[in-house]
Amino acid sequence: MNATAFIVIAIITIAGALAAATLPKLIHAALSLVIVFVGIAAYFFLLGAEFVGLVQVFVYVGAVAVLILFTILLTRRDIVSERGINWGGVIVALAVFGGLLWIILNTTSLAVLAPQFEPLTVKQIGESLMTDYVWPLQCVGLVLTVALIGALILVMEEKIER
Amino acid sequence: MSWIVTNIWLIPAVPLAFSLLILFLSSSRRAAAAGAAIIGQIIALGFSILAFLPTLQAPGFRAVQSFTWFTFGDQALRLGWVLDPLAAAMLIMITLVGLCIFVFSVGYMAGDKNFTRFFAYLSFFSGAMLGVVIANSLLLLFVSWELVGLASYLLIGFWIDRPSAAAAAKKAFITTRIGDLGFFLGMLWLYHTSGTLLFYDNGNGALEPSGLLKIGSSATLVALLIFCGAVGKSGQFPLHVWLPDAMEGPTPVSALIHAATMVAAGVFLVARVYPLFSLGAVNGVTPSLMVVISIGVVTALMASLIALAQFDIKRILAYSTVSQLGLMMVSLGVGGVAAGIMHLLAHGFFKALLFLGAGSVIHGLHHEQDIRKMGGLRWIMPVTFLTYTIGMMNLSGVPFFFSGGWTKEEILHRTAEWPLSRLPHYLMLAGVILTALYMTRQMIYVFFGRKRETSDAHESPRVMTMPLIILAVCSIILAIVLTPAWPWLHAYLNGEPARLDFGALIQPMLFLSLLLVAAGIGLAWLMYRNAGETDPLARAQPGLFRFLGQKMWIDEFYEHTFIAFSRVVAHLSDFLDRYFWDGLVNLFSGMGQAFAVLSKGFDDHAINARVDNTTAGARRFGRLIAARHSGQIQAYLGAIAIGMLLLLVLYAWLA
Amino acid sequence: MTSTLQLFLIVSSALFSIGLLAALSRRHAIFILIGIELMLAAANLNFIAFWRFGSQPQPPVGVMVAIFSIAIAAAEATVGLALVIAIYRHYRSTNVDQLNQLKG
Repeated sequence: MNATAFIVIAIITIAGALAAATLPKLIHAALSLVIVFVGIAAYFFLLGAEFVGLVQVFVYVGAVAVLILFTILLTRRDIVSERGINWGGVIVALAVFGGLLWIILNTTSLAVLAPQFEPLTVKQIGESLMTDYVWPLQCVGLVLTVALIGALILVMEEKIER
Repeated sequence: MSWIVTNIWLIPAVPLAFSLLILFLSSSRRAAAAGAAIIGQIIALGFSILAFLPTLQAPGFRAVQSFTWFTFGDQALRLGWVLDPLAAAMLIMITLVGLCIFVFSVGYMAGDKNFTRFFAYLSFFSGAMLGVVIANSLLLLFVSWELVGLASYLLIGFWIDRPSAAAAAKKAFITTRIGDLGFFLGMLWLYHTSGTLLFYDNGNGALEPSGLLKIGSSATLVALLIFCGAVGKSGQFPLHVWLPDAMEGPTPVSALIHAATMVAAGVFLVARVYPLFSLGAVNGVTPSLMVVISIGVVTALMASLIALAQFDIKRILAYSTVSQLGLMMVSLGVGGVAAGIMHLLAHGFFKALLFLGAGSVIHGLHHEQDIRKMGGLRWIMPVTFLTYTIGMMNLSGVPFFFSGGWTKEEILHRTAEWPLSRLPHYLMLAGVILTALYMTRQMIYVFFGRKRETSDAHESPRVMTMPLIILAVCSIILAIVLTPAWPWLHAYLNGEPARLDFGALIQPMLFLSLLLVAAGIGLAWLMYRNAGETDPLARAQPGLFRFLGQKMWIDEFYEHTFIAFSRVVAHLSDFLDRYFWDGLVNLFSGMGQAFAVLSKGFDDHAINARVDNTTAGARRFGRLIAARHSGQIQAYLGAIAIGMLLLLVLYAWLA
Repeated sequence: MTSTLQLFLIVSSALFSIGLLAALSRRHAIFILIGIELMLAAANLNFIAFWRFGSQPQPPVGVMVAIFSIAIAAAEATVGLALVIAIYRHYRSTNVDQLNQLKG
């Protein structure tokens, strides 16, 4: 696996993530989030999961990020003046990172190279979605429908009251 | 193999499905709701009878269906259903008693505005309990067990607009949850040692010889942890405090909780995992069984004594349930599993009868529950009186015609045969007198004597008296298969063929217990015959009576120890939350202020707690939980992250 | 240097921690959502990496879980953002410090 590509993507993704988490302006953070999503999609391509990478781009960049941007526009009047940094959160996040890093570095069985593998075709994914995973698929469909209706109701209700 | 044996899951599924159906009905479809619930129960009863038939064919019949829920790595988590004599007998009892209670509720709840919701919950309760009975996996049993807990919460707090009902529901839920924590840990431990949660699995289950071999020396710990769950659910000392408060629910709910479901689950659980308790027994004695006996004896005697000094008709019955459950636990502890379950089954019938009878009285007196205001009802409510008398005879342990008498007899036999000590036996004999005493006291107050505030009392409608009659007849018919001359049920539960032997009828124990019951009833008659507003016991021993009447101050004891302690801890952690999340920087500058707040918290709650000790403990529970919450989602998320860190540390430490 | 499973896990744990940081320390509700999305994406990266580095050939379990997780994340984002809008309409603010209705 290409080490240069890995490092480049890592730098871009983590920088984007840091920007998304710390930039004071919401709109900048949301745009940085798009960079993170694209970076993760690139990782998926690198790992041979092209289909998931495409889904990631479609769903996250195409839908979720746009949704976040729309929400920011809709709640624009609420200009947040962040007062200082919450050091408690920073400390906890750093501690979690340190703990995870420690565990990962100390687990020697993780230091493996990627084995040879047959590329996974979209046909195979489609077949498993329709056979082994047909129940989860139906459930996810139901969840998405309920989420759609729920979101509509949440946003509508207040309007009716007025 | 018959069709129902392979599809045994249908029995709990039917009431659950009907419950869901009723939930979707509009609240004006009252007849449809009650009808659906009753039909669901009838179908479940029919299936139970069908499932009962094959278990009759061969002694020790056992049919197991297991399936894989999901696999992770090379391990598979498997669930399953089991049908054996224990399950089949419980199925019949639960569905039959449940059916009677459902029909009774049609009359009792006739005026309630949430009629349909009530029947949805009832069906749900019954279905969850049926799931407990036929589960072949400890996990599946636990899931159904928690569903039973949820149903009891919903039903005890059914009259949500009453603060006392809401408090009682919370108290029941939280108290049983304390026990369930132990149960859950026991389950994890069992999986850790045996690698399976199935009870029976063609020789590989946790309760079968090879599984027990793997569990080995940790069986005591596992058994005791699981017993914690049973203590909570079956209202055993020290977690019995919720059961009398659960009387806040509608009376049919009390009947269901005290007879067919919920409290029966604890005794059933111990019987189900009995091999874990008796593993490595020397002379039939293991440390875990010793604990079961001690808890049972303490509970049985304490509850009977408290029952003597109560004036609420339902509370007396509640304490009698607690004491009878203690008796069953003693029976299980001394090795009489079949005797304990027989008493559980018989108790299911006659306690439902007594509760429904009490419900009929309460209904007839327009929701009056104080026995001092009743009296002379025997002519006004003849059917209720007669059936109640049968129930009372059962509970007091009068043998010959009453099933409760024979099963109690059997338990006394078992305790007498216990090799280690005769003490449980003598204490249980004392319990027999006490039971006869308080039940006769209640009978005299309610049905005999002069009429007090009962001028406009009336007999209940047919829909309420019919279930009473059915239950009374059942409790008498059941006696036929319980006599020592033909101990069919005993043999059935033990998986042996029954023998007919009339010689077994003549034995000293029978005369002894007859004598004791007669002594109890006679003593009560002498004591309470002319009882008025003040209880004769209160006149003779006011201090003792007050002690018993206040339930031995156990609630207050908890209030001042565990609850006060956790309140201090709660305030401490609440304080930590607020200040930690507002920045560790502030913590240093605010140190002096912090100590001031802390000591104020101590002062307020150490001193205030003494002042208003009459406040209900359950409300404190709620406040305690509320105080823990700052209400900000980020604090919750932070707590989760810290929990994850702790797990990482634990992992690193163990690895 | 060649890329091993460890390196992927380190990147994903970094992403996860940054997401946690955003969710814990920012006041604006949308930032919390952004943090949660970051954490979910990090988890997805783990699924795919473990799948790729596992012994081959094997069924595409990791890929399937990642696909479902993306779908669920989309549903979660929809509801979360609808909640943000509803809260904003109600309180005229999306600052989570002012939202303590969960306090009993």
